[in-house]
Amino acid sequence: MTDTTRPVLDIRNLRVEYPLANGNTLVAVKDIDLMIRPGEIHALVGESGAGKTTVGNALMGLLQAPGKIAAGSIVIAGKEINLRTGRTEGIVPGRDVGAIFQDPMTSLNPLFTVESQLCEGMLTHLKLSSREAKARALDLMKAVGIPEPERRLGSYPHQLSGGQRQRVVIATALACNPQLIVADEPTTALDVSVQAQILKLIRDLADERGVGVLLVTHNMGVVAEIADRVTIMQNGAVVESGSTREVLTAPKAPYARTLIGAVPPIDVRLERLPVPSEETQVALDARASVRRKNAKSETGNRDDMVLSVRDLAVEYGARSLFRKASVFKAVKGVSFDVRRGEIFGLVGESGCGKTTVANTIAGLVTQSGGSINFQGTALGGRREKSVRQSLQMVFQDPYSALNPRLRINAAIAEPILFYKLASSADEARQDAKTLLEAVGLPADAGTRFAHAFSGGQRQRIAIARALGPRPSLLICDEPTSALDVSVQAQLLNLLKDLRDLAGLSMLFISHDLAVIRQMCDRVAVMKAGEIVELADTETLFTAPKHEYTRELLRLAPSVERILGRELASA
Amino acid sequence: MIRLFSVRLLQAILVMVAVTAIAFVMFRFVGDPVASMVREGATQAEKDAVRVALGLDKPVAMQFANFVGQVLTGDLGTSYRYQQPVTTLLLSRLPATLELVIVATVLALSLGIPLGVLCALKPNAFLSRLTQSATLVGISMPTFVTGLLLILIFAVNLRWLPSSGRGDLVDIGLWETGFLSLSGLKSLILPSITLALFQLTLIMRLVRSEMIDVLSSDYIRFAFARGLPRPYIYGRLALRNALMPVVTVTGLQIGQLIAFAIVTETVFQWPGMGLLFTNAVGYPDVPVLAAYLLFVGFLFVMINMIVDILYTFIDPRLRTR
Repeated sequence: MTDTTRPVLDIRNLRVEYPLANGNTLVAVKDIDLMIRPGEIHALVGESGAGKTTVGNALMGLLQAPGKIAAGSIVIAGKEINLRTGRTEGIVPGRDVGAIFQDPMTSLNPLFTVESQLCEGMLTHLKLSSREAKARALDLMKAVGIPEPERRLGSYPHQLSGGQRQRVVIATALACNPQLIVADEPTTALDVSVQAQILKLIRDLADERGVGVLLVTHNMGVVAEIADRVTIMQNGAVVESGSTREVLTAPKAPYARTLIGAVPPIDVRLERLPVPSEETQVALDARASVRRKNAKSETGNRDDMVLSVRDLAVEYGARSLFRKASVFKAVKGVSFDVRRGEIFGLVGESGCGKTTVANTIAGLVTQSGGSINFQGTALGGRREKSVRQSLQMVFQDPYSALNPRLRINAAIAEPILFYKLASSADEARQDAKTLLEAVGLPADAGTRFAHAFSGGQRQRIAIARALGPRPSLLICDEPTSALDVSVQAQLLNLLKDLRDLAGLSMLFISHDLAVIRQMCDRVAVMKAGEIVELADTETLFTAPKHEYTRELLRLAPSVERILGRELASA
Repeated sequence: MIRLFSVRLLQAILVMVAVTAIAFVMFRFVGDPVASMVREGATQAEKDAVRVALGLDKPVAMQFANFVGQVLTGDLGTSYRYQQPVTTLLLSRLPATLELVIVATVLALSLGIPLGVLCALKPNAFLSRLTQSATLVGISMPTFVTGLLLILIFAVNLRWLPSSGRGDLVDIGLWETGFLSLSGLKSLILPSITLALFQLTLIMRLVRSEMIDVLSSDYIRFAFARGLPRPYIYGRLALRNALMPVVTVTGLQIGQLIAFAIVTETVFQWPGMGLLFTNAVGYPDVPVLAAYLLFVGFLFVMINMIVDILYTFIDPRLRTR
């Protein structure tokens, strides 16, 4: 890691353009400089549309057809990219640049064995014989720490877990000994415990093999965990660059400060996340009006239980005519209460059953055992209209949650009319307008279609739609995990405000402990279909009792904790 | 995997029992078999004798059991029209249809797959555009129009190829083949093209859309990011994934063609199963119709099983389940 070694990547004044249909040009990357030395992990951070993935794609030779490198130079390990063609022809992807993609579930070909996918690059670029390639494939499998490497070589991708697949992807990236690896969100699709292992693996490979890594990510915790240097991008341009500690602890550029400030901290609960607020008088008035309309539904006092779940069990499994049903128990004996006006959190890794619990309460899945008591009514498979009205849901993916063929007004007014909460279509439209204002959107937003809005705006619309039927319980299933941090911060603030102003109770589901800490009053930690710990949020975070909770807290990458630890040890 | 096969086999047997039951009902209720077998003006005693000889006086369940027994031993009754065992009749017609369908399918696959790939990779190339529009015509035109047009051009006007029949056949034991004589091969050309056209369009379009889907997948982008050669990515990594649904469709299409190549066989007077079936409907030759029903049922059940088994060979994900 000495500064005298030749950089593995040297980008000067790189400019990537996309010619548009109307004759204009979209500049996706504006004259950026970036240098990576051997053994260095350089994080490229920014929100969606910042151009960070475009930089990665330019290096991997994956720029989409009309896009081209318009100016600048890229030198990878001393070899310069041929800019005459606007494509990376001077450098062979795979041989000189290794690639790690985001989702290990989709980046391996399902029809070919691990061995064949590992070997094909070596056969092509290194001209190895098939026996040499196989021997090297085994070495690589050992290097990335896959258990039983001999047996795993013959496996197909679906036989491996997500973490193992990402290890295979890393092994293929390393196969031809590239000096540079481009990792585009390598751990975003993984659970925290697996994420921690993969990050450690990447760090070790950089240290031991002297590979330079360009880490494209949006997760500041990941950056703090393994990156040596950081470059923050906004709208295609670099706004700040420097060592990880400098940039994350003392950002200079205003945008960098906003971006880092928007990351929800895991070690302290904030009243509101520090992001530019859109608290206009219009929004506040609209919320007060929403609250007045909801007033009749909140007659009880704050300690009333809105929802009581007892010994909830959910089983999935096809019953077949010929053999005994093979049953998967997704939820086993889960019990908790949600009090009026409370935000109750459910946290856990993927597959722990948290979404199944939400879907069961919402009536999308039928329980196989236990009881759900909602405002004094026991819920079964078939539900009263009034119950369905009082239970509303906000889903994870705002892109698929809205009907693309309905105008926003119609989408929001639909449930209002369905539950006869407005006497006329006009009144419903007026309600829709108020709701849009309440979630911080301009009132004329309703005349447009879903595609006219960004992800964050769509999620606001989804929240407005859920508020339309005047629910007493709002179920939010990972409402911000598909969004950028600054948008996430705004939405989290919004949900808190709505709770305070409109008297909502919420069941809030997330895999992100930091988000849970910011949002929830009480929280339950789920593992393999069971609740392992349930406590007040502050108690849970400051004095976790269960081993699994402690493990999750320890593994969650967090800017403050990691840099704080470094500062303490220095 | 063994459990998968045995479950599929059991399902296949159930389907076949149901089909046999329908064929049995057809025998009993479509027309009176006794009336069609005795001479004009037969006495009641004579009719009763035939009834007993045919076993029609026994309980229905027993009759069905007998029928199943006969079917299993390959005895499908005697054709009213040809006065021959139906089994012999079917077997004598089967080679004609099978040869026609095999040639048509090979033609459709060998042209459809590469053209589909081409249309997916180079949507704006001249050949792609030509293929796209030509196959649109091909799929919109009824088979008999295509057939008649081909006859008009190549048989009537140009006099290059025969317009009907199978030409000279060579007997190779159980099978009379047209593959081994020049006139036999020439006779195959027009009907197989007619039959292949629709299938070709279907396969071409399927391969095209599947290929476009697969090419935008992460694993293909990942293959490009590893710098693998393009022919390898397209021809092996992508095509293999794109061919999965083609297997199903081709299987079902082969079944369709064998069972219902009726129009083509009629147009070209091809002495295959379709022609046998059309003639049987007109007569009405109930044993042939019932046997045909059984045969078609059996064919589709077999094809579905073969497709399922093929799937487990192509897609490793199905093997472990």
